[in-house]
Amino acid sequence: MNIDFSQNHFELFGIAPAYQIDAIRLEQAYRDIQAQVHPDKFAYLSEAERRLSMQWATQANEAYQTLRQPLGRARYLLHLNGVEIHEETNTAMSPAFLMQQMEWREAIGEAKSARDVPELEHLSGQLRAEMQVQQHKLADFLDRDRDFARAAEIVRELKFMEKLREEINHALEQLES
Amino acid sequence: MALLQIAEPGMSAAPHQHRLAVGIDLGTTNSLVATVRSGMSVVLHDENGRALLPSVVRYHADGSTDVGYPAQAMQSSDPHNTIVSAKRFMGRGLRDLPGAGSMPYQFVDAPGMVQLKTVAGAKSPVEVSAEILKVLRDRAEKSMGGELVGAVITVPAYFDDAQRQATKDAARLAGLNVLRLLNEPTAAAVAYGLDNAAEGVYAVYDLGGGTFDISVLRLSKGVFEVLATNGDSALGGDDFDHRIYCWILEQAKLSGIKPQDARLLLTRAREAKEDLTAHPEVRITAVLSTGEMVDLTLGSEVFTEITRSLVNKTLVPSKKALRDAGLEVEDVKGVVMVGGATRMPQIQHAVGQFFRQEPLNNLDPDKVVALGAAIQANVLAGNRSGDDWLLLDVIPLSLGIETMGGLVEKIIQRNSTIPVARAQEFTTFKDGQTAMSIHVVQGERELVSDCRSLAKFELRGIPPMVAGGARIRVTFQVDADGLLSVSAREKSSGVEASVVVKPSYGLSDDEIANMLRTSQENARADMAARALREQQVEAGRLIEAIEAALHENGDRLLSAAERAEIDEGMASLRSALEGQDHLAIKEQTERLNHISETFAARRMDQSVQKALTGYKLEELEI
Repeated sequence: MNIDFSQNHFELFGIAPAYQIDAIRLEQAYRDIQAQVHPDKFAYLSEAERRLSMQWATQANEAYQTLRQPLGRARYLLHLNGVEIHEETNTAMSPAFLMQQMEWREAIGEAKSARDVPELEHLSGQLRAEMQVQQHKLADFLDRDRDFARAAEIVRELKFMEKLREEINHALEQLES
Repeated sequence: MALLQIAEPGMSAAPHQHRLAVGIDLGTTNSLVATVRSGMSVVLHDENGRALLPSVVRYHADGSTDVGYPAQAMQSSDPHNTIVSAKRFMGRGLRDLPGAGSMPYQFVDAPGMVQLKTVAGAKSPVEVSAEILKVLRDRAEKSMGGELVGAVITVPAYFDDAQRQATKDAARLAGLNVLRLLNEPTAAAVAYGLDNAAEGVYAVYDLGGGTFDISVLRLSKGVFEVLATNGDSALGGDDFDHRIYCWILEQAKLSGIKPQDARLLLTRAREAKEDLTAHPEVRITAVLSTGEMVDLTLGSEVFTEITRSLVNKTLVPSKKALRDAGLEVEDVKGVVMVGGATRMPQIQHAVGQFFRQEPLNNLDPDKVVALGAAIQANVLAGNRSGDDWLLLDVIPLSLGIETMGGLVEKIIQRNSTIPVARAQEFTTFKDGQTAMSIHVVQGERELVSDCRSLAKFELRGIPPMVAGGARIRVTFQVDADGLLSVSAREKSSGVEASVVVKPSYGLSDDEIANMLRTSQENARADMAARALREQQVEAGRLIEAIEAALHENGDRLLSAAERAEIDEGMASLRSALEGQDHLAIKEQTERLNHISETFAARRMDQSVQKALTGYKLEELEI
């Protein structure tokens, strides 16, 4: 089976490798590929053929899920440019960012123990807005300046913010059930 | 393999050959079989014109069985040997069944899955389900006048891996080729969406006899994309019966009643529930084996009251599914109601209130799943091409592995589009370590003990190295049926040891073969004939597929030598087909499959390229 795994995710969907992409075109390309390779198209054929189709469809899903999320796309672009983020090990952050993180965490903790659902939802909205600001910066660093070191820093920060968002969602889920 | 049957729109490889395929709704209470006939999806009836087959199996001492209505009629008088709602036990151990004590069965706690003691011996829920599937297969083959190429079997979307695997095993045991395990709400969405040319976000609220699913889908231009699914695989109409049953016991001050009386009162409870959809109150009467009389009146207000918590149990998953989909109630364009239990007025009311709109009830909630499954089976069997649609479904529950301290590390998140795979690297933590064990679990909780254990396996034969030296890559693959397989590979030593592990709760191939043997002890000749037929069908299919593929682009994609090799492989298979030796046919089929692999891969590459041609051009214009 020669699935061309050397093809990168952008090539698979025939779009130029950039942070800012046409989401509709990405989705359409994904659907067009799945329409060709999805296991439902091969269900009555032989086992080897079904396996090949599953591998392709898996690859298309992986590529699509990576590229459709801003953070996944940024991380992947950096990877293509030889920059690894080392999110798990590299936790060096600017003091200002860390300070801000602590404030967020405190606010979430307080809202959680006060069982204050509207406040949690408000925080969630605020966080989303801040993440959007970060994403704009990412677009500049990745597409315009090609400053991958700065971009990697933003990705690490966004990862932290994503964790905050998960925390808020988790708290909301607990309070509602 | 190959033979990618990528036909041009409107062109099918063999237009006149219709492959017989069915959709089967294997329900907790009732099961159905449907097929597409002259372009219409229809439910197949029994000789008495009945569409539903009660999912009830009664065992006799000689091992023979009654299935459906005759079994249902005996459930009160022979409760131990008459199994109802076997679906609730699929892929479940005794500890997963908190209500087991109040059921009229003698459970045997077998490893992985419970069994039920009957006069014909201990029966696994897989065997019971296989009996139901066999009756439906026979019904279909008689009605359609030929052997089935395959079946789509529906499962609750919220079924975990163990329950899915058990369902697939039951189908194998019933001699059915499973084209796909299809999620029930997705099947309903196909039937509804195609019928109504629906576009937009829809929720499918599916309350069956024993399971509850909520799926949120986006329907757009022929794509059915499941955004999120949630549910409760142990909540259904049965539980509403049980609430009425408990109410009867309480009102009539009954306790310690016999199994046959329990069964009788459960039947009365179910009838009362059904009558309450059309009447404000019902009278419940029964004469117990002790001579005691039950004579009660149940009003719909009391019924609503005693089942309120059950109704609420369906709304929490609904909320979660919307959240996972990143949507609000306002985004939902319609709510499709599926499952007989959605006829209950309090359900209709609660769903309407939650989604702030009238639920859609224009499909028969008992049949829509089977009808949708039949439509999909017709596509999967290759009877349509070009103008068909695409289903993108998800895995309902996260998959993870056990890490230090009994915690779960998630490998694949719930609601990931399937098929999906994730690889994880592991290393050794001791010098000279040659084995490591991996424990795969499914569920959302943080502790291993709160999740479902799917498989524990040991990787052996790791070359001894210093701690941290070995690099073991473990791949978790979930296929389009939502079933997991795990493979592992040691990379650093240059030796690639690879193992494939199927989760352990399912039945091994040997066990299935054994069950098949016992159930068909007297039908050996029949089995051999079936094996030959199956092999002939498979070989015929392969030849047909390759011929179509060669015709389409064999000249372009193959060198003369490659072409000659394929031609030779086809000739060998054809000559094997002239004989009666199914093993020889099998061997030649496999050989031809192997020979044609390169061709298949090239065709696949080409079709992917073709899918993208339009984009490539745009790219150049930029």
